[in-house]
Amino acid sequence: MLTAAFNFTTDTVTIAELEARKLHHDFTELLTRAVQPALWLLIFGEVLAQIRAIPTGQLSYLDFMTPGILAQSVLFIAIFYGIAVIWERDLGILHKMLASPAPRSALVLGKALSASERGLSQAVIIYGLAVLIGVHINWSPVSVLGVLLVVILGSALFSTFSLIIACLVRTRERFMGVGQLLTMPLFFASNAIYPISIMPVWLQAISRGNPLTYEVDALRSLMVIGGVSVYGTVVDIAALIVSTAILVLIAARLYPRVI
Amino acid sequence: MMSRVQTDLVNVPRVEAKSILETKSLTRRFRTLVAVDQVSISISQGEMFGLVGPNGAGKTTVIKMLTTLLAPSSGDAWVAGYDVVHHAAQVRRVIGYVPQLLSADGSLTAYENLLIFAKLYHIPRRERERRIHDALSFMGLDEVSDKMVREYSGGMIRRLEIAESMLHRPRVLFLDEPTVGLDPIARKAVWDHIQRLRSDFGTTILLTTHYMEEADELCDRVAIMHLGKIAAIGTPSELKASVGEGATLDDVFVHYSGYEVDSVGNFREVSRTRRVARRLG
Repeated sequence: MLTAAFNFTTDTVTIAELEARKLHHDFTELLTRAVQPALWLLIFGEVLAQIRAIPTGQLSYLDFMTPGILAQSVLFIAIFYGIAVIWERDLGILHKMLASPAPRSALVLGKALSASERGLSQAVIIYGLAVLIGVHINWSPVSVLGVLLVVILGSALFSTFSLIIACLVRTRERFMGVGQLLTMPLFFASNAIYPISIMPVWLQAISRGNPLTYEVDALRSLMVIGGVSVYGTVVDIAALIVSTAILVLIAARLYPRVI
Repeated sequence: MMSRVQTDLVNVPRVEAKSILETKSLTRRFRTLVAVDQVSISISQGEMFGLVGPNGAGKTTVIKMLTTLLAPSSGDAWVAGYDVVHHAAQVRRVIGYVPQLLSADGSLTAYENLLIFAKLYHIPRRERERRIHDALSFMGLDEVSDKMVREYSGGMIRRLEIAESMLHRPRVLFLDEPTVGLDPIARKAVWDHIQRLRSDFGTTILLTTHYMEEADELCDRVAIMHLGKIAAIGTPSELKASVGEGATLDDVFVHYSGYEVDSVGNFREVSRTRRVARRLG
């Protein structure tokens, strides 16, 4: 039992190490990912901050929005992560992985943590951008570590969701279609760039079922000075952990189907 | 060339006593298509066994079932005594597998490719570096081990993949079309390494190919597959003799597979093969 748990952990870490080594070889890819959040913060954020149309409590709009944009850029990377698996299937890498003794759930969780590595690079970029535009960042070590934990969880959650889609649709073309279909609703039906309270009731209900809402809620309470959590940071993090665990179990069952 | 094949066959006696791989009426259906139809084979310890047939004959499907990637629709298969369905985890521990597609990771170095797999197979830390080093020098890749694999030639990638599949000293090695898309010189190098694997480690090897000269050069026994069934099975010389005086394995192939141009294979398969060939280019 103990050996199994130990092996599971080392296998998961090995898969994550594979991604870390790839990123180490190709750093430029991470930098190009900085463009989109920069546009959101510098253009969309600055403009909406001028008109003061959105009730954000004590927070300035930019302070309110920055955690939302962090969650968004993590989401955008993670939700397309499944395409890497389709790619690995087309190359035959996946066949070799699945014929190895590593448990499928370790392969899936390893992939999820691989996406988290990319998510963490986004966190670094957005912290940098936020400083540039004068967001009031909470620099207490506990808060920063909390933000990184939530980013790891959020990436793992949505990349596993993406992996499940990849296992179901199985081709790159269909995957891109479905991915695009999902991204915007997940983003807009959440509290990322406006509070849920200003939504119509039906949309509020959807947003409360959207895991991104809990990710943003936790990030908002941790990342900026004066940020408060609507549901409670611990509840948010628990919701993220439970949803990720469920998705990993589903993905582990579906994983061999992608072959 | 011919005389060499003959001496190889004399030097490697067939061990009839113990079969390390066995299938009984192994069958796989995809909706209405029967890709593998009642295949029963038995492979002895240390044997080099070839599955030969045109594209679409079911060779890769057999390999996928034996490597636990695909569940059989009916029938049974055992590898090293383990049932591929009920003891899949044990089977995965004792097999090595080189898929038909080029599966080495181009965005890593050769050393890193081997390191990741050494870890996945839980090769003890103190043994890891030595095994990786041995594998690289065995395949003649030690000079280029820190180069990115995407800069490798096709033959080098194949040798790296075979090295990777041997790190954990598998009892049965599955090679799916190991030389598809390689030029004759690279092909010969891969053949030499496969033969040395067997002589150095005594590994049982099941390979698929649609090159008759490859089966002739490497295999102790050959099974010719046609439309999911085993059409003929035997040593290359037995098969040739069964067709007639002076027959080549090509003649045997045509005889048993009733091979017609354009009769089999589909778009997806062709596009995959071409893609592999292009990457090897």
